[in-house]
This record gives sequence, structure tokens and C-alpha cells, in this order.
Amino acid sequence: MAYIVTEACIRCKYMECIEVCPVNCFYEGENMLVIHPSECIDCGACEEQCPAEAIKPDTDPDVSRWAELNRKFSAGDWPNISKRTETLPDSDDFEGQEGKYEKYFSPNPGRGPL
Amino acid sequence: MPLRLAIVGAGPSGFYTADALLAAQQDLTVDLVEALPSPYGLVRGGVAPDHQSTKAVIKVFARIAENPQFSYYGNVVVGRDVFLEELQEHYDAVILACGAPLDRELEIPGAELNGVVGSAQFVGWYNGHPALRELDPDLQTKSVVVIGNGNVAIDVARVLAKTPQEMAHSDLMPYAAAAIHRAPLRDIHLVGRRGPLEAKFTSRELGELGQLADCSVSVERDQLPNAVDGTMSKLDRKRCERNLAILHGFAENDASSKSKCLHIRFFSNPVEILGSAKVSGIRFERTELINGETRGTGEFFEIPCGLVISAIGYRRPPMANVPLDDRKGIVKNEKGRVSPGLYVVGWARRGPSGVIGTNRNDGEAIAELVLSEATSDGRQGGTALEALLSNRGCRWVGFDDWLRIDSAEIAAASPDAPRRKFSSVREMLGVLEDA
Repeated sequence: MAYIVTEACIRCKYMECIEVCPVNCFYEGENMLVIHPSECIDCGACEEQCPAEAIKPDTDPDVSRWAELNRKFSAGDWPNISKRTETLPDSDDFEGQEGKYEKYFSPNPGRGPL
Repeated sequence: MPLRLAIVGAGPSGFYTADALLAAQQDLTVDLVEALPSPYGLVRGGVAPDHQSTKAVIKVFARIAENPQFSYYGNVVVGRDVFLEELQEHYDAVILACGAPLDRELEIPGAELNGVVGSAQFVGWYNGHPALRELDPDLQTKSVVVIGNGNVAIDVARVLAKTPQEMAHSDLMPYAAAAIHRAPLRDIHLVGRRGPLEAKFTSRELGELGQLADCSVSVERDQLPNAVDGTMSKLDRKRCERNLAILHGFAENDASSKSKCLHIRFFSNPVEILGSAKVSGIRFERTELINGETRGTGEFFEIPCGLVISAIGYRRPPMANVPLDDRKGIVKNEKGRVSPGLYVVGWARRGPSGVIGTNRNDGEAIAELVLSEATSDGRQGGTALEALLSNRGCRWVGFDDWLRIDSAEIAAASPDAPRRKFSSVREMLGVLEDA
């Protein structure tokens, strides 16, 4: 079992989760984070830290699309990120919006650690 | 000349600090000195035995130990086998990562009675810490009171509440399992001084209580507000909202259908433990919150019980030649610096707060500080330490030795369990003699 990052992270990317991850398994895209499913140990520390409630167990119903997205981008060219960097300036404006994947998702890698 | 660095304590903060030092890719060595033969500190001895996923973090620590610039010296007690001043003499910097292993004590009349234990002791006992295996808490009682409103209090209550089947996949010590599962426990009281919105539980821990096979959970409905109010951070608000929803669910429960019941009670301050030689109960004063301050109401009540477990925090015991902040129970320090060449990290630096991962940032910060200040002085590091230990007849345990002990524990496990821990130094060292 692992935790995964879902749509609610897109354009919010608060990064509180990164600070509490004991195994350093977050990867950074331009406007969202993902979790490497085989590095995650399922401790659940990040889930409680996410202000956008974007992090879910991969056993939740209807998350298979996000599990696949986490798998794909954590194994691709998105950089591993172990420390919080500057958050997006307008994060709060996007919290709770519907349909963020279609409108905003970017497959581009994030800047990674500073 | 390489920089010779020593870390005292092989828990999460020790390993994360080692990792951060090694990541700097400098000419340095890191020697991790640990009092027990076994590494991993509270991951092994604190994290609940039924939370095996969290314990999986040891895979990351074991990988750190593979670095050729890293050495492990287990079964080496600072103050017994080697003195801190000797480490300081032979290393360019020494970092204390030895945690806050003692219980903060209940300071009320009766706290010294038989049948009052702290959670550090109780958890260490069921997790097989060699110093606590003899604790032998008297569980021949129908009623236990756990004091505290954090995750440790929940862990203790849950381990007492679970059935043998529910613990089959855990590494609960067999002696503890025998004592807990043959105890006539019916009522487990989880009592906090403040209210549900002030409780420190995480929702995951609280929610788990709703899934116990043979223990119902009850909460008095009138102790629960209908909604979360007051000023708090967004994250705290969300956690409180989730917790409150879980607690309201518990309040609707039918408490009669299972053989044990966990009673969660807020706004109750322990004022006296009752009993003559042994605990027979505990007296509480009801409290109320006024502008964020907890105040007694002058109304008292008693809960009869045969065991009191307090989970109200931890503190650091004194160490020779290390200044202590008694009030906070930590090593006196300024951003991790204790004195020239001596540093502190993790719970020993900041007190018992945060999750395992919090120590990663803490370790990175201290590594940065150490590397900016330490200079290589041609000290001998591990060579000198090994000479000292050999002279004193100390059988230190290297990381390869530990891996053999680890394999023996895994091999000894019953079919569903991840391992069967050795709980004495003698047993652990015995594995190394056999081979």
C-alpha cells in the first residue's frame, strides 16, 4: 500500500507533506507533487499535513487514475524533492476547485531542490 | 585529513544526521555510537508493534549504514564504555542524538504507588526494550486508566484493546502479549485534561479505534462541540474537524456489543491517585476551558482502576558534562550547538515533538552547522574508539553484526509476525557467538 497525491494538489502544491516524509519519496512537477509508490512506506504522516486534502491512500475508491499518474511521473523526469521550496504565489485561489486536471495539469518537471 | 564525526544515539535523528553529513560528499567519516546492540531507537522501541508500515522506515536507515564512510558501534554506552570527553578528544565533532527517553512524571499525590507507570516504560516494555522487559506491569485488573490526549496514549489504549488475532501481524513481545491477552480487562479509560479540539491525536490514530474487533468506543456526546471554532491554523482546523466527526461517530456507538470498552473522556484533570500500596483508582477534577486556559470547576469524580499509565510527554535525563534545561527536559543548546565541538539534534535538542520525518530536517540543519564549523585536526576517530573499547573488554556490535541479529529475529518470528525481537543484550550477543 502507498499514499498518492490527487487532483486537489494541482496549482496548490503547498509542500507541507515533504517536510514530514520519513523516506523522502516526493517528486515535483511544475504545479503538483507526486509520491513514488514503491518508496512510500504507508506511514500516513503526509496525509494529515496536506491543507488541500490531496493525499489519499491508494486503496480509496476511484483513485486509480491518480495512482497511475503518481507512478508515471515519479519514475520519469520529475526531480525528487526533500525540502520545501517557495510555494506558488496564488496557491490559495485554486484550493477546492473542480476539474483542475483538465484546466491546469502540467507534465513539466518542477524546479526541484534549490 | 578526513573530518572525524561521532553521533551518539542510533534513532531517527542520529541516522538522518548521518545521512545529511554523508550527503555532503566531503572527506569525512561518521561513527554512530548506540547504547543498545540494536539500532533505530524509537522506531524499534516506540512505534507501536501493530504499526509495521511506519517501522518500514528502517529500510532507509539500513541503506545509510551501507555507506563505506559510516560505522556503527552498538552496545557502547557513553558514560560506561566510553566517556563523552573521550569522544570529544578523538573526534572533530560529537553530535548528541540520544532523545528524551524518560517519562514526564505525574506530579500528584499517589503517583509513587504500585501500578502507576509512564508510557515510555509501558511502551518500552511491550516493545522489548532491554531496560524495560522486567517492568511486568500488573494487568490483573478490569480497568486501566491512560492519561494523555496524544498518539502515544492512543497507541497504549489500542495495544491493550486489540485481540490476539489483531496483533498476529505485529512484533508485540510474546511476554507482553501473554500478559495483555490473559488480563481480565474490560474498561480502558483514555482521559485528557483539555477538550477534543485541544487533543493532539492525529485523525488516522483516532480513526483506527473505530475498527477494533472486540472493543467498542464510547464518548459522552455532551463533551463534543457541534463544530470547530476558535482561532487555529488551517491544518489544525481540518484535523479537528476530522477528529470531531470521528468522535461524534463514537458517541453514537452502542457500547454493549463487545467485550471491552474504550471510554474517551475529556476535560478531566487527574488530582490524586488512590490506593494504599497499590492503585485502586484515580480522582479527577472536571475542567473547563476559558479563553484557552484550562480551569478546574471544583467538581470531582473517581474512576476505579488497577493500573494507571501516564502518557504526558518525555524528558531527557542528565548526562555528565552536558548542560540540561530541566524545565523543557532537553539539552541546553543554541540552534543545536551545545559548546564548541558538541552539538545536539532531534528530541534531545527540541523536545518530544513532530513525526519521524521531522528529524530529517533537523538532521540536515545540524549537519550543515557542523560542517560549517568543524575542522579536521588529525584526530583518530574510530581507530582510537576501537582501541579504547578493546582495552575495556567491550564487545561492540558493528552493523554487519546487527544484520545477523536482525536475520535471527526475522527467522524466529511466528508465521504472521514480522520478527520476534530479542529483548536482552545477552540474547542479541548470543547470536553473534553462535555463528
